[in-house]
Amino acid sequence: MMIDTTPFRALTPDTQPPYLAPEYRSTVLRSPRSAPVAIPQTITELTGPVFTAPQFPPTDNLALTDGREALGERIIVTGRVLDEDGKPVPHSMIEIWQANAAGRYAHPGDTHDAPLDPNFRGSGRVFTDQNGAYRFVTIKPGAYPWGNHHNAWRPNHIHVSLFGPGFATRLITQMYFPGDPLLDLDPIFLATPDADARNRLIAAFDIGVTEPGRALGYHFDIVLRGRHATPMEN
Amino acid sequence: MFATASQTIGPFWHLIDDPAWFDLTRFGAEGERIAIEGRMTDGAAAGVTDAAIELFQTSPARSASFPGYGRTATGSDGTFRFVTIRPEPLSGPAGARGNALQAPHCGIAIFARGLLKPLFTRVYFAGEALNETDPILALIDPPSRRPTLIARQIAPARYHLDISLQGDAETVFLEF
Ligand SMILES: [Fe+2]
Repeated sequence: MMIDTTPFRALTPDTQPPYLAPEYRSTVLRSPRSAPVAIPQTITELTGPVFTAPQFPPTDNLALTDGREALGERIIVTGRVLDEDGKPVPHSMIEIWQANAAGRYAHPGDTHDAPLDPNFRGSGRVFTDQNGAYRFVTIKPGAYPWGNHHNAWRPNHIHVSLFGPGFATRLITQMYFPGDPLLDLDPIFLATPDADARNRLIAAFDIGVTEPGRALGYHFDIVLRGRHATPMEN
Repeated sequence: MFATASQTIGPFWHLIDDPAWFDLTRFGAEGERIAIEGRMTDGAAAGVTDAAIELFQTSPARSASFPGYGRTATGSDGTFRFVTIRPEPLSGPAGARGNALQAPHCGIAIFARGLLKPLFTRVYFAGEALNETDPILALIDPPSRRPTLIARQIAPARYHLDISLQGDAETVFLEF
């Protein structure tokens, strides 16, 4: 196997959230006090796990469980996974999970007093194609309350987990929905300092993706760290 | 273009948890099996009970019988456990530091509620002579913090690594 030993570029300051964001209370006791130690990228950081569909079977329709339709507004989410140079990230696994239409996770730890939907489990797995494109069908997740502060509500969101080509490109993020009034009140969303970086977490409604009589469509591109143009001398 | 902002994995990520993934040998890998166990604590020394820990290693080489990658959930007391194959020494970073061999190690990524982005660290193994000259461990200053990355042996083929997210015994986290 050929290994690309070109290091990944550093992340751009302010386009990523900090570890300590006191408005998001759980960060206070979970953020390290010492700065991380910068290390050169070795084979452990430059390469990453490889997942194949036979060993990790895809499930691309969260709205359907054992042939039964989930309650809620059916949606299609599609987009591309790219690197910072706009190059597609092909054949890469994406994990997704979310609350149901009422804002309740099918999780024993979720105590929100909203109904569970027996026809919605809320997790899926898809792979990008050779052009970096992915697509899944689900229902629009509901907003839900959480204990961070008085009257705290999470905006509608879908959790998304990506691996990319290296351990250094590992990314877990959340996809938000356009026009959500809760975004400007959400300490998780607001923790990323750069407004443009925040807004890139919001999917775009897309009438071209929307299927007549069936489902609204949303477009969401995801960008993973790119590599340096040439191998670094250091 | 800029890399998409990281967001927390949250407390309900177990919807994607496959408990079988703690065992990197489950596809029939050959080699010396070892267990890596430990406990994750927060700045109040309380167990972190809802984290995801990922283990990634490039030795032995990935194959149909060895994914080189595992993930597990911390339990109700913050403990975790992996079963894997003992890694071999690896080539070091290219360049001026002389291509010193890296001691056997695995990469670790930690995701949790309260972590807006992952924490990266490594696990090394007590008793490996190469730990003394490992080019990554050598970057940790003061040297007294290096042992936070070195799992102690508690039984034959059983290692223990505590991970402290914050505080006096805080684990050294890595940026790359
Ligand atoms: Fe969530």
